[in-house]
Amino acid sequence: MAHRWGMAVDLDRCTGCEACVTACRAENNIPTVGDLQASRGRAIHWIRVERYFEGEFPDVKVNYRPVMCQQCDAAPCEPVCPTYASHHNDEGLNAQVYNRCIGTRYCANACPYNVRFFDFFNPVWEKPMHLQLNPDVSLREVGVMEKCTFCVQRIAAGKDAAAADKREVKDGDIKPACVQGCPSKALVFGDLNDPESEVSRLAESPRGTKLLEDLGTAPKVTYLQGVEHA
Amino acid sequence: MSTSGDRLAADLLRPLNRTGALWYVFVAFLGTIVACGLFAWFFQMWRGFGLTGIRWPVYWGFLITDFVFWIGISHAGTLISAILRLVNAGWRRPVTRCAEVITAFALMIGGLFPIIHLGKPWLFFWLMPYPNQRLIWPNFRSPLVWDFFAISTYLTGSLLFLFLPMIPDFALVRDRTTGVKRTIYGALALGWRGTTHQWHRLETAMQIMAIAIIPVAVSVHTIVSFDFSMAPVPMWHSTIFGPYFVAGAIFSGIAGLIIAMATLRKVLHLQDYLQDIHFENLGKLLLTMSLLWGYFTFNERLTTWYGNGTAEINTFRVTQSGTFSPLFWTMVLVNFVLPVIILSIRRLRTVTGCVIASIGVVIGMWLERYLIVVPSLAHKYLPYSWGTYSPRPTEIVITAATFAAMTLLYTLFAKFVPIISIWEMRAGERPEEDLAAVSEQRLGESHA
Repeated sequence: MAHRWGMAVDLDRCTGCEACVTACRAENNIPTVGDLQASRGRAIHWIRVERYFEGEFPDVKVNYRPVMCQQCDAAPCEPVCPTYASHHNDEGLNAQVYNRCIGTRYCANACPYNVRFFDFFNPVWEKPMHLQLNPDVSLREVGVMEKCTFCVQRIAAGKDAAAADKREVKDGDIKPACVQGCPSKALVFGDLNDPESEVSRLAESPRGTKLLEDLGTAPKVTYLQGVEHA
Repeated sequence: MSTSGDRLAADLLRPLNRTGALWYVFVAFLGTIVACGLFAWFFQMWRGFGLTGIRWPVYWGFLITDFVFWIGISHAGTLISAILRLVNAGWRRPVTRCAEVITAFALMIGGLFPIIHLGKPWLFFWLMPYPNQRLIWPNFRSPLVWDFFAISTYLTGSLLFLFLPMIPDFALVRDRTTGVKRTIYGALALGWRGTTHQWHRLETAMQIMAIAIIPVAVSVHTIVSFDFSMAPVPMWHSTIFGPYFVAGAIFSGIAGLIIAMATLRKVLHLQDYLQDIHFENLGKLLLTMSLLWGYFTFNERLTTWYGNGTAEINTFRVTQSGTFSPLFWTMVLVNFVLPVIILSIRRLRTVTGCVIASIGVVIGMWLERYLIVVPSLAHKYLPYSWGTYSPRPTEIVITAATFAAMTLLYTLFAKFVPIISIWEMRAGERPEEDLAAVSEQRLGESHA
C-alpha cells in the first residue's frame, strides 16, 4: 500500500525549546546566512516555532506553535510553479526539485503558511563547518526555493532498511530530524494510510485541528490542543 | 488641415534628415542610465539575488511592480489605435503610430521583468514548451506560463500592427534617399510599389490585425492579473482583478501616450499635426478611465471591508490607515482627485493640463501596482510571519533605467521612422484617395 506521510504536533507538549529547529538545520544542510542577511529577512528555517502571547502582564501565557511545510494535499504552491519544481509525489509529499527551480518565488507567495524559503546567495560553510554537512541531502544553490521535505532522505533510508529486511515499514521506523530531536515528544510522524499508526490515531483526535483549515489546502499536519475549561 | 502633401512629408521627415548635437547628448545621457541598469542587473546575477530588497515573506517587490506597470503602459497604444481604426475616427491619423510604438517598447521592457526577477534568469527559457533533454513540459496550470504565451502573442501582434502601416512610409523614405539608407529602408519597405493591389492587401491586413489585437490586449492584462488572483493571498484572490487590471492598464497607457505626444509636439514642432483637439479628446478618454478606475478601486475595497475576512481586513487596514496609507492616499489623489478636477473643467483641459494629469496618473498607477504586490504579501494569514519590504539600490537603478530605456527607444524610433504616418495623413487630407473607405465599401458589399 502506498504511504501517505503525515505529522501530528501536540501543542500542549511543546515547550518552545527549538530543538526541532536545530535538529532540522543540522540534518538538512540549511545554510546560515549571517547576521547582516538575517537582519534583512533572509534567514532560512524549514521549521520555526511561532510564539503568540495571550493575556495582559503579569498574567501572560505564551503559546508555541512549531510550523513547518504542512505537505498539503491541495497545495497552493504546486499549480503556480511554471516548471514543476514544486510538485506532488506518490506519497503525498510536496516535493521541491531544486534542479527544476528557476526562482520565480511564486510558490512562496502562494503558500499561506510562509514556509518556503529562497536562497538569496550561494550558501557558504566556513571550515570546519563543512565537515558536518549531511551527504544524504543536496545543497541548494543561489536562486532556488527550498522548504521542509519531511526529511525525505530518512523516509527513503527507512524504506530501504525495511526492504533489506524483507518487511513492511513499521510505525516509528522513520523519524524526521525534528521528531527525533523533540525532547517532549510533541512531534509524531508516520503513515496516514496505516490506520494503526500513532499519527493516524492523533489525526482523528478531537483535540486536533489543521492550520488555516478554512483555506481548503488539506494539510497533512495535525495540531493537537486541549480545550481549556475555565 | 491645410498642409500640402510636400510640406507634410518635409515636416514629418525632418527628424530623419537632420540631427542636432543636442540629440546625441540626449541619447548618450539616456544610454548611460540604461547601461547603469544593465550593470545593476548583471551585478545582481553575479552576486546573487540578495542584492535586492526582497525578503521573507515579501518575495515580490519593485521588479514585479515594474512588470505590471510596463505591461499596463503597453495597453495604450495598440488597443486605442485598434479601436480608433475600427470606428474610423478621423482624428486618429496623427496619433496611431506614436501610440502603437509605445506598446511595442513598453512590452519589450515589461516582458524583461519576469526574467530579471528570476532567481536564475539564465534559465528563463524553461517556460517555453520545447522538446528537451529533461523530458518535461512547462506546467500549463501556472499563470506564469500563461503570461509567457500572452506576452509573446501580444508582442508579436503589436509589432505586426505597428509595422504594417509603416510599409508605405518606409517606401517613401526609400524613394527620397540614396546609398545605405536607401538599401535599409528599401528592405523595410518589402518591395512596396503602391499598386492598388498592394493597398488593398495592406488595408485588409490592417483590418484583420485591428480586430485580432483587441481580444489579445484585453486577455494579456487579465492574465497578468491572474498572476495575483490565482494565489490564495489576502486581497489578491479576487474576481475583480481581471477587469480592474485591464482598466488600470488602459488608464496608465493613455497617460503615457499623452506625455509622449506632448513631448513629440514640443521637441519636433508638430503643433500642426498633434493639435489641441487630440489632447482634448485623449483628455476626455483619460477622464473616463479615471472615473472607471475610481469605481473599481472603491468596489474592490468596499467588498473587502464588508467581507471582513480576518486576513483581508489586515491587509485592508495597513493600506488604508497603516504603514502604506501615505502611498495609498497619494495614489487616490493623483489617480482620481487630480485628473478628475483638471480634466472635467474645460478651461483646465489644455495640453499642459492633460500632461500634468497624465504625469500624476503614471505615478499613481505605479503606486497602485506596488500597493497590490507588497502589502498583501507582507500580511498573509499567520501574524508571526508578517513582514516588511523596502527596495535596495539594484532594484531602484533597474527601475529608473527602464524609464530611460523607454525614452531612449522612443527617441531612436522617432529619429529613424516618421513618427506620424505620412500616408495616413495624406489619405485624411484627400478623402477620395482614402483606401480605408474603399475597403469598407467592399466590406459592405460582401455583407449585402
